[in-house]
Amino acid sequence: MLWLVLFFLIPLVTMLSLSIQTCNSFTFACKLTWHFAEFPNVISQYAQTYVRSFVYAGIATIGALLVAFPVTYWIAFRAKRKNFFLLMLLVPFFVSFVIRTTAWYTLLADNGAILTALKNAHIVPESFHVLATPLAVISGLAYNYLPFTALPLYVALERIDRRVLEASGDLYSTRRATFARVVLPLSVPGIFAAFLLTFVPAAGDYVNAQILGGTNTVMIGSVIQKKFLEAGDYPGASALSTVFLVLMLLGIALYAKFLGSRTIEEYV
Amino acid sequence: MSTLAQEVPVPSAKELAPVPREQRRRWTYFVLPVYSAGFFLYLLIPIAFMIIYSFNQSHSALPQVTSKWQGFTTQWYREWNGIPGLGNAFFLSIELALLATLVSAVLGTLLALALVRYRFRGRGATEQLMFANIAAPEIVLGASLLGFYITLNLDRGLTTLLIAHVMFCVAYVTITVRARLSGFDPMLEQAAQDLGATPWVTFWKITLPLIFPGILAGALLAFSLSIDDFVTSNFVAGQTVTFPLWVYGAVKVGIPPQVFVLGTAIFMGGVVLAVMALVFQGRAKKAPPGEDEDEA
Repeated sequence: MLWLVLFFLIPLVTMLSLSIQTCNSFTFACKLTWHFAEFPNVISQYAQTYVRSFVYAGIATIGALLVAFPVTYWIAFRAKRKNFFLLMLLVPFFVSFVIRTTAWYTLLADNGAILTALKNAHIVPESFHVLATPLAVISGLAYNYLPFTALPLYVALERIDRRVLEASGDLYSTRRATFARVVLPLSVPGIFAAFLLTFVPAAGDYVNAQILGGTNTVMIGSVIQKKFLEAGDYPGASALSTVFLVLMLLGIALYAKFLGSRTIEEYV
Repeated sequence: MSTLAQEVPVPSAKELAPVPREQRRRWTYFVLPVYSAGFFLYLLIPIAFMIIYSFNQSHSALPQVTSKWQGFTTQWYREWNGIPGLGNAFFLSIELALLATLVSAVLGTLLALALVRYRFRGRGATEQLMFANIAAPEIVLGASLLGFYITLNLDRGLTTLLIAHVMFCVAYVTITVRARLSGFDPMLEQAAQDLGATPWVTFWKITLPLIFPGILAGALLAFSLSIDDFVTSNFVAGQTVTFPLWVYGAVKVGIPPQVFVLGTAIFMGGVVLAVMALVFQGRAKKAPPGEDEDEA
């Protein structure tokens, strides 16, 4: 508890204060000057980047949900060895995030295995490339956060009482109607939790944007990281991440109000 | 009546069942399994790539990973330490992960015990804080910690990395242990004390063994989070280089195959641990439902 206060809460406050300080760009010495100008500054300058981050993360999350739902459905209702398949879902975690992204980078490179094969088969034109496009970044995001999407979905589907499904069948519901009117509504909390767990890290991610993306797919994470670590613009970077955090918290708060925070916590 | 009933053929249960469902099932039945197989294949592509291409030959002076297959070799496994800095980064990551796991397992367990057992002032706030910790984007955690260190003028290095890693691991350990504790019968502790055990002995002989699977699961989770962490580490590492940081730095100039060798080593270690955990759980069937779920 003390640890969390010391190293989570206090740094957050520090960051907030840093964003209204003025720093000497040579000595990096900062003074509290209640200088709020950074906020309108970064907002106007990086509004597009924020929007892009949220759009990419949104598409990636929805994609991951669509991809993961049938599989988790299958594991929850049909598969024989559930634990084994759950483990398979977690297997990507055993390989470093950066290495996985790197592997995709090598595979998707212009002369990499996948594009060469597609080009030889004349499925895509010779000039086609994937790297440095939004497609690469979004699919990288969707891939890397798939386990985060799949696990809450699985938990929700697994919790559905099988007798409810039988009852629906007994009441002459077709399989499709059972799915649409019983299974889907009951899995909604899981879908929401999965959305949150995937969207939040995906929006702040910059590894995918840096490795798989190019200059016009920059996400807000990259900007914050560059400002902090390369440019040494601490107030600017703090203001950027404060704005990011506020937007995120607003989103989560709306979300929690809509659902009741209890359901989200249950799945985290 | 009885004669009438004989004349009208009673439809059997099989005939009553909707016919199209039976027929449609034949081909749709395979859609989901096939799709799932494709999904797992997709999930495993980069990993398979990593393992296979850690055996790929390279003839250039500066060996790099490419997707061109040039023949099988175990050279990179023999020369796994041939890249200056990489070995150090690898061992630093392991050391860091072990330390972070140990500290966060102890702190997380104590926090979980406090949350479940006692009603204290700020208990609700603690829960909120934990939730916020997990829900906050990693980049904000990293950035705010860095701001904190800068303000305090702390030198960035192993200590700051350790603090950061423990910070984001503790909440996960607490949640996993708490799930285990909530299925815990307090009568067992009372019984121990009735039989003359001191609170200290009760804790070591009764409480700890019973919640140990939860602690183990939390610790495994913490270890895998810590060893793989990139975003937060990137912010607070300073000049110190962990394994993911090293790999990230090498991406644009080309990754030596040794990275894949070490990646494969970590992967194998993870698989062995996970299989052990599965066996362990299979044996301890008494685990309350909700045990696995929190590993999300």
